[in-house]
Amino acid sequence: MIYRELLAAEALYQAHKSAVTRTELMAIIDKDYLDRIDYLKLLLTDDLEVLERMARRAHDLTEQYFGKVILLYAPLYLSDYCTNGCTYCGYSLEAGSYERKRLDSEEMRAEMKVLKKAGFDSILLLTGGDRRQSPVAYIADAIRMASMYFSEILLEIYALTRQEYDVVRDAGASGLTLYQETYDRNLYDQVHRYGEKKDYLFRLEAPERAIAAGFKHINIGPLLGLGSAVHDMFMAGIHGDYLQRRYPEVELCLSYPRLRPAGTMAGPSDPVDDIRFVRFILATRLFLPRAGVSISTRENAYVRDHLVGLGMTRMSAGSKTTVGGYAHNCSRPGQFVIDDERSVDEIIAMLRKRGYRPEFCNCVKGIV
Amino acid sequence: MSYQIGGRNLKSRFFIGSGKLSSYTVIPKMVEKAGVEVITVAVRRIDPDAKHENVMDFIPEQCVVMVNTSGARSADEAVRIARIGRELTGSDWIKIEVETDAKYLLPDNEETLKAAEILVDEGFQVFPYISPDLVAAKKLEKAGVAAVMPLAAPIGTNKGITCAALLQPIINEIEIPVIIDAGLGRPSHAASAMELGADAVLANTAIATATDPIMMAVAMAKAVEAGRMAYEMGLLAEKDFADASSPLTGFLRRGA
Repeated sequence: MIYRELLAAEALYQAHKSAVTRTELMAIIDKDYLDRIDYLKLLLTDDLEVLERMARRAHDLTEQYFGKVILLYAPLYLSDYCTNGCTYCGYSLEAGSYERKRLDSEEMRAEMKVLKKAGFDSILLLTGGDRRQSPVAYIADAIRMASMYFSEILLEIYALTRQEYDVVRDAGASGLTLYQETYDRNLYDQVHRYGEKKDYLFRLEAPERAIAAGFKHINIGPLLGLGSAVHDMFMAGIHGDYLQRRYPEVELCLSYPRLRPAGTMAGPSDPVDDIRFVRFILATRLFLPRAGVSISTRENAYVRDHLVGLGMTRMSAGSKTTVGGYAHNCSRPGQFVIDDERSVDEIIAMLRKRGYRPEFCNCVKGIV
Repeated sequence: MSYQIGGRNLKSRFFIGSGKLSSYTVIPKMVEKAGVEVITVAVRRIDPDAKHENVMDFIPEQCVVMVNTSGARSADEAVRIARIGRELTGSDWIKIEVETDAKYLLPDNEETLKAAEILVDEGFQVFPYISPDLVAAKKLEKAGVAAVMPLAAPIGTNKGITCAALLQPIINEIEIPVIIDAGLGRPSHAASAMELGADAVLANTAIATATDPIMMAVAMAKAVEAGRMAYEMGLLAEKDFADASSPLTGFLRRGA
């Protein structure tokens, strides 16, 4: 099981968390298949020449396996009610009281129509962690409605039981995004002050319950900056490698949002600058060449533009992180502050200028 | 020289994939400059009500659309995707792709055979993409597929003909056309595939990721033609020793 796998990886991390020479790193980059220690060594180095070599290799691998194509998707926030006390999140009860909102079916439809009109075919449905305000049945209704407009429906919701994953899968969802936030179990316990999300193992094992229910697309990752960034990246890579080996039929994707000001947390405990962020993406591409990498609008336009061709395979565009934000402009607090506010058309123009084709369509409607 | 495949008469033995292209606008140019006649399109990339661009709008009318079932994880999904593909494109050429391994994207021959049996019955021209396995190819031939499409190397790897020893028996023993698909990164790889006796080759990554995709398509098309010409003529055997043009032992036959 994944927890035992992570314990073994912890020992590996402790034994190998020292830097190696440039020559050794260059040899790692040229390998056809990287092992776990190789991956750790690449995460650790701060050698810029090594970084450049990693970038070239990552560029080649990304084009080889994904082509000159970036898949565009849009997040749709259904509800911001949440009963968890996560210190880093704008939806958390800790963030203070503000009027929460949950879309009713008419509002949902209005949001979906805006996104459909913008050309999206892949949609990520999100809710806060509140089983009373956004129960599984409510989410399943949203999925069924989304199936009328979009061919790929991904979920970013609280962790479910196997039976509940069956329900949302049958409703038409095919993908799951679930951030472990941090793989440091003690820290996890500290930053999740209360609520259902406090159960580390229930969350850690959720992707496999979703796979058992028939989910095909699994996106995992840490919230960078919460714990030791290299440690969390290493563990997320091990988690991805484990899923890929154990469930080869699943399309794996990783993403690593960088912690931005939100909730009660003043800022990241281990800030990740652009150089480290890029290195993490490159190391992922070299270690898991066929895994997707998704980058949201948390990242600014400059960084996102330059990540085209460097490992990124999916990006969100024209995103609103507020509930009801597409159909109505509103000043409600979002889950996080958006740093790339460009419209879909602007993102498309940027991709074309860089010699990439924006792709909207990734699934056959009705076949999930 | 034209040849028969999937109920059609074609000239070009070079098929192209559209999936990884940086822009669909290169498709008509490749058709014009490289003489391409067959283009594969993934059903999952066809959005009939696409706002931005629909790949089908870029495929010239005279071309044959080979619909593929990429994304299918089982025979059942492949069959359903194939039916939708025929509806969306009007083409009955279906390339079965069933990949149950997302890491290496290797085809699942077993599920592919199951899907092929159903789709042949439904009147499709079936082109199964397979790992190079003669036994599977034989079963597919018996099922009535239009051609078999063994890979030369894992998709996207550009490694060329890595398993000639497995491809050759398929070419030798199968009577329907053999199209070598996946792993061809250079024109020389395409030429080698044709020299082995393949009836056609399919490439996507090599073209899509080239600095100039159109020029690469032309280069590959020429290589395919050259390889075919040499195959038809009969290739000379490789030898371990130099073969002098004047016989070294000719003097012994003086006066004979």
